[in-house]
Amino acid sequence: MTGRDALAAETPPVKAPGADHDGMVERRGAGLWLTHLGLIVGLLFIFFPIWLAFVASTISQPEIARPPMPLLPGDQFIENYTRALTSGINAPVALMLGNSLVMALGIAFGKIAISLLSAFAIVYFRFPGRQLFFWLIFLTLMLPVEVRIVPTYEVVAGFGMLNSYSGLIFPLIASATATFLFRQFFMTVPDELAEAARVDGARPMRFFFDILLPMSRTNIAALFVILFIYGWNQYLWPLLITTDPSMNTIVMGIKQMFPSGDDIADWPVIMATSILAMIPPVIVVVGMQRLFIRGLVESEK
Amino acid sequence: MATLSLRDVKKRFGKTEVIHGVNIDIEEGEFIVIVGPSGCGKSTLLRMVAGLETVTSGEIAIDGARVNEKEPMDRDIAMVFQNYALYPHMSVFDNMAYGLKIAGTPKGEIAERVEQAADLLQIRDFLARKPRELSGGQRQRVAMGRAIVRKPAVFLFDEPLSNLDAKLRVQMRLEIRQLQRELGVTSLYVTHDQVEAMTMADRMIVMNAGHADQIGAPLEVYSNPATEFVAGFIGSPPTNFFEAGGRGRIGVRPEHLSIVEGAGAGQLGATVANAEPLGAETLVHVRLENGSLLTVRQDGAAPIPAEGTGIGLAWDGRHEMRFG
Ligand SMILES: Nc1ncnc2c1ncn2[C@@H]1O[C@H](COP(=O)(O)OP(=O)(O)OP(=O)(O)O)[C@@H](O)[C@H]1O
Ligand SMILES: [Mg+2]
Repeated sequence: MTGRDALAAETPPVKAPGADHDGMVERRGAGLWLTHLGLIVGLLFIFFPIWLAFVASTISQPEIARPPMPLLPGDQFIENYTRALTSGINAPVALMLGNSLVMALGIAFGKIAISLLSAFAIVYFRFPGRQLFFWLIFLTLMLPVEVRIVPTYEVVAGFGMLNSYSGLIFPLIASATATFLFRQFFMTVPDELAEAARVDGARPMRFFFDILLPMSRTNIAALFVILFIYGWNQYLWPLLITTDPSMNTIVMGIKQMFPSGDDIADWPVIMATSILAMIPPVIVVVGMQRLFIRGLVESEK
Repeated sequence: MATLSLRDVKKRFGKTEVIHGVNIDIEEGEFIVIVGPSGCGKSTLLRMVAGLETVTSGEIAIDGARVNEKEPMDRDIAMVFQNYALYPHMSVFDNMAYGLKIAGTPKGEIAERVEQAADLLQIRDFLARKPRELSGGQRQRVAMGRAIVRKPAVFLFDEPLSNLDAKLRVQMRLEIRQLQRELGVTSLYVTHDQVEAMTMADRMIVMNAGHADQIGAPLEVYSNPATEFVAGFIGSPPTNFFEAGGRGRIGVRPEHLSIVEGAGAGQLGATVANAEPLGAETLVHVRLENGSLLTVRQDGAAPIPAEGTGIGLAWDGRHEMRFG
């Protein structure tokens, strides 16, 4: 019920201006119920596996192994989650969550800071090679992490950054996409504003912090959500450079909990870990929903 | 208060020269309007004075001191932009206070000066609002306020009224002029609207494709235009230009032409094309034998000749203007 209310409250801002009229028509009569029915069925369909995972994290190992799988939560909730958080399988989940949090925040903030600064340089300064630098940044868009993973590994290993937060964060921190996005945004900011600031006596960095940064805050919020989830979901890179279980991140950690060979999987703990792994991204998305949607829909203000 | 002087100021963008050498000495407290058609270089000239555009050659001096190499903030100027350029995320108060804050003015003094300026502009009630919560006219006032609080030596305006409706424009131009007189700040004001130029200027600079064709008091420019361009640009409806007998091309203002009844009368024969009665005055458009159209401005009470009638045009020789 509350879920549906929240959905209804959040829908209008997402709509394109032109769609408003259709929305008004659909909202009356049978159409309204049909739309909601469709949405609810879709929601249940998507939500079901997550529910199963949650159920599995609250029952005991024998109950999982013996079909049929129960559909209602059991009584092992506290026990399973405590076990996962404090001891886990290779490393305590609390530790892995912490590692993931550091990495995701580091990547999100780092990417935003670097791309804001490089977009600022590209849009507001005329320096030799400006176009060249822009296209070089643009070029890296075409090279995903996987393509440059071997040379990057060499470099990180050479710097002795294996099994460290800096090794997890720095190689992923440059972002052509975000630079490009901020460049486009800065170009829509009227020149007059920069000139007014100059007449007011603001030096370039002052203009950046006092005017450009506050004006970009919805874009920053939207990007933060996307980048946080991007960082949180990193799998291949942490897998490659963290050999020490205490540096494992949660997403790769889940995979490593799967049994190899004849070991028996501790499914309740794995499922509890999966549920725990979902919580921080959900908090970020829900917490920043308002700003996030505004950032995606509006370009100005 | 300060003097401002331009010495043979030129501007080139790449290879194209857009300002071909402008000279003027502006006295303390003078209100100078730069007027001219679109693209003639008005904004460029103003922006060079502001320090937003480099000076290719020549010298700009404020109070006798060369400022060519100085940053805008060090020139002691304030500028009002065409689209106001208010900081969208700051309140009206913060918009006005920003320059002072950067200059390190104490908080108490900032508040005092902003409030004083707000009172002067009657925007006291809006100090807490964001620019997007204001009407166009109110934004205009805030932009003025931002310039005033700095207590600059020179005010620069780049078409500040062009985004307002006609009525507000008339009101604001009076207010700006009154405010400037009260504060006594030397001002440079760019517009393409000759009515604004005529009504506001102590002296005006009429720009034509990068040249300052004429610099002078409005009425002086109106009655003694230095070039055909100035004669045609200043005055509405514009000056009539035509060939009169064997005496070459002359210009006569519409109010100096009069209609005399009967074909063959007057100095020049014409036919009435149409008439626009405006109440106080009537504009009569007449067609010469060679097809060109002239405008006669006559008193609203004078009889209006019917369309198609042949008439004669008369004027006093003192009002003939000849160029080059
Ligand atoms: N940054 C620039 N690079 C090249 N040419 C420019 C630049 N800025 C202006 N110009 C040219 O200089 C000339 C004068 O421009 P300016 O903006 O001063 O005209 P204006 O008189 O203010 O016109 P308007 O009334 O339309 O504002 C124009 O021909 C314009 O194309
Ligand atoms: Mg202009």
